[in-house]
Amino acid sequence: MNNIDINAIPAEKFELANREGEIHDKKLDTKPVGYLRDATRRFVKNKASIVGMVIIIVLLLFAFIAPLFSQYDVTYTNGFYSNVYPKISTDPIVGFWDGASTEELNTANYYYYRAIEKEGGKKAITKFYGKRTVSTKALNGVVTTETLYKFRLDSYTKLGYKFVDLTAEQYRDLQKYQNETGKRVIYPMQITTAQGTGQVMFNVNDANYWYKTYLTGKNRGEPVLDENGDYIPIYRLTGNDDYDSIRLDGDPGIADPAAENRYRYAQINQTGYRCRVCYYDYFVYLNGYEPLYILGSNSIGQDLLVCLASGTRFSFILALGVAIINLIIGAIYGAIEGYYGGKVDMIMERIVDVLSGVPFMIVAVLFNMHLQQYVGTVGALLFAFVLTGWIGVASTVRMQFYRFKKQEYVLAARTLGARDRRLIVKHIFPNALGTIITSAALFIPSVIFSESMLSFLGIIRFDDVSSGVVSLGTLLSAGQGASNLINYPHLILFPSLVIALLMISFNLFGNGLRDAFNPNLRGTEG
Amino acid sequence: MYMFKYVVKRLLLALLTLFIILSLCFIFIKLLPLPEVTGSEEYRLLVEMRRRAMGYYEPILVQLFLFWKRILTGFDWGYGEQMYQVQTVTSIIGEKLPATIMVNLYSLLVSIPIGLLLGIFAAVKKNKWQDHTISTLVMVFISVPSFVYAFFVQYLLCAKLNWFPLLANTTGSYFEPAMVYSLIPAILSLAFGTIAGLTRYTRAELSEVLTCDYMLLARTKGLTRRQATIRHALRNAMVVIFPMILGQFMSIMSGSLVIESIFSIPGIGALYVESIGRLDYNFFMAISAFYTAIGLGANLIIDLSYGFIDPRIRMGAR
Repeated sequence: MNNIDINAIPAEKFELANREGEIHDKKLDTKPVGYLRDATRRFVKNKASIVGMVIIIVLLLFAFIAPLFSQYDVTYTNGFYSNVYPKISTDPIVGFWDGASTEELNTANYYYYRAIEKEGGKKAITKFYGKRTVSTKALNGVVTTETLYKFRLDSYTKLGYKFVDLTAEQYRDLQKYQNETGKRVIYPMQITTAQGTGQVMFNVNDANYWYKTYLTGKNRGEPVLDENGDYIPIYRLTGNDDYDSIRLDGDPGIADPAAENRYRYAQINQTGYRCRVCYYDYFVYLNGYEPLYILGSNSIGQDLLVCLASGTRFSFILALGVAIINLIIGAIYGAIEGYYGGKVDMIMERIVDVLSGVPFMIVAVLFNMHLQQYVGTVGALLFAFVLTGWIGVASTVRMQFYRFKKQEYVLAARTLGARDRRLIVKHIFPNALGTIITSAALFIPSVIFSESMLSFLGIIRFDDVSSGVVSLGTLLSAGQGASNLINYPHLILFPSLVIALLMISFNLFGNGLRDAFNPNLRGTEG
Repeated sequence: MYMFKYVVKRLLLALLTLFIILSLCFIFIKLLPLPEVTGSEEYRLLVEMRRRAMGYYEPILVQLFLFWKRILTGFDWGYGEQMYQVQTVTSIIGEKLPATIMVNLYSLLVSIPIGLLLGIFAAVKKNKWQDHTISTLVMVFISVPSFVYAFFVQYLLCAKLNWFPLLANTTGSYFEPAMVYSLIPAILSLAFGTIAGLTRYTRAELSEVLTCDYMLLARTKGLTRRQATIRHALRNAMVVIFPMILGQFMSIMSGSLVIESIFSIPGIGALYVESIGRLDYNFFMAISAFYTAIGLGANLIIDLSYGFIDPRIRMGAR
């Protein structure tokens, strides 16, 4: 045990610790760590902010690169392919991301969609699940039974056939294309007016009725089937159609091209030829690629993917532009306030008080009404964001200036003859840099949110499709509504997902920056 | 006495700010051309006469004077020109206000207990997995805008699961179960963000208080952790949390423009959007004033309540 009396330790027990040489301060082996380097190091350590940054980068890539790979343009619209479902590839697995919806429809509709495949081979029904008979009792006691068919209906091919008006040249080119590639686009015309009993198109405007249907009674709209259960075609015969290309199987014109009772492939009108085409193949002929909307299309047939990318890009650019302008204005304003203090500060603070009391909505509306005609919607929006946006930056800068302007090093610099401008820019301002960057980063999501909210509510309206400006809020507002939500949920899900991701990532990023630039938090993250 | 002086000073300043903002807003609106009135021939004539009588064709500064005179003497904000013909703006706003207040009140009543409890739980379990889970979720929920929740709620609960009607049914009384039930999606969509905000705030404040020296003293004198947390930490954290809740209550009146438009709740937000879309300047002016006043009032109340709740803070003392 230790039983030495510490009050009376004998002298010989003591010993010099360092006999050789003098004792110097040890030179530091480590490198000095600057403010920015320290901040970067702590930022990188923060997992959440890295996640945020990665999402931002991915969204940036999506916004700027996705449109390059897409076959569509933002200004491209197609009335026929409106509200089609997302389809991952031209040959998808049925049931997942296949551009189709599961429908349960009656006999007439089922045969209608089956007829599309029967005639041209384009599968409208990709999968058949089964049928069931339902009886419904009306209020007057009459029981009606109908058969419902459940199947997967492809939203791209369900269009089937369309009547198109072509000029003589277009008609010739299309025939040439058919002859060269062997792909059939043009199909025979049908009988529209009654020539025999019951041999008339059910709906003259719908090119898909190439078969005989019941025109009246309980089976109205359903096909008349022959003894083999096949459709009975009602193609139109004879007449001049200037057609010299692939003919449909069963066309008597195949055996005898000169025959007067061959099918008719076009109707000649004043402007040229009216033909019946399989729209899917016609689209391929016109554009050179198959229709494919990876995220579906909206009500005017714009590609949602391209719209989203374009909307994200718009959000990015607007938010970044606003953030930079606000940063500059706020920094200058706050620096003057903070540095000079006193009366200058008081007057400038009162201006800030008034401005910060103005609800953003009022500013946005008034600016939109006043400035739109001079600088356009985007310009008015930019002004609205800038009017009150810089206040946050200004107040943080002002605070930093109050904190640092009385410090000794500033006094020293002043004694050495530094002017006000030099003191502000060189000596005090760098201290405020971290907070400025942070407030700018946290300002970006609020701009994105406000912009999408304004355009969602229709307060800010961008010009028509041709301008190419797409906002995420506009996409959201186009997708809302009960029927859209039930039938076309992709219209709202994808835009809201993108907005949510944008907001989350920028907030994570901004919070990470804030923590990294706050030296008080050093060592507390563990 | 300090306090009283300070309150009066702040109040006057807020009123002055309101006056300046509204005057500027008024001038900016009057600089725009008068909107074309739609409606029958008689109605157009009526509006024209009323405009003449109310001095719409006077110089703008005279109009501004008349505007303030009407408001200060009779709280007269004018009539609806494009919407709600011939009815006063104030009466329509009074009609629409209950819907907005009820929806927001319900959502606040749901959010406050949940937010507080989650925040307390996270602070007590600081840096454990419970805290990390809650903090991560809070981060996500606080960032995502309310209309995104609204769509997800509407899609999942209303369209897919058919639990609730897609749009709010606002024909009955605001306390009727059927109507409250139809408001649940809107209330939920509003609540997510509020809960997340409250949780984050409570957690931050409480965890700061929990590390204070007097907490150590409380434990040393023999209080259990639970007692110390509830009696000492929570009370002190409340000093900061309570004003925030107060501010929330104040701002429930302004409501949410987007949520009201998504669930078609006939509230003040919907009215505002409509007035902008249809260029009814009287409505726009009145609701703008309402929003500005609420914003300023909420700020004022938050600032002042610190001094009332916490004796350590003496406002205006030098």
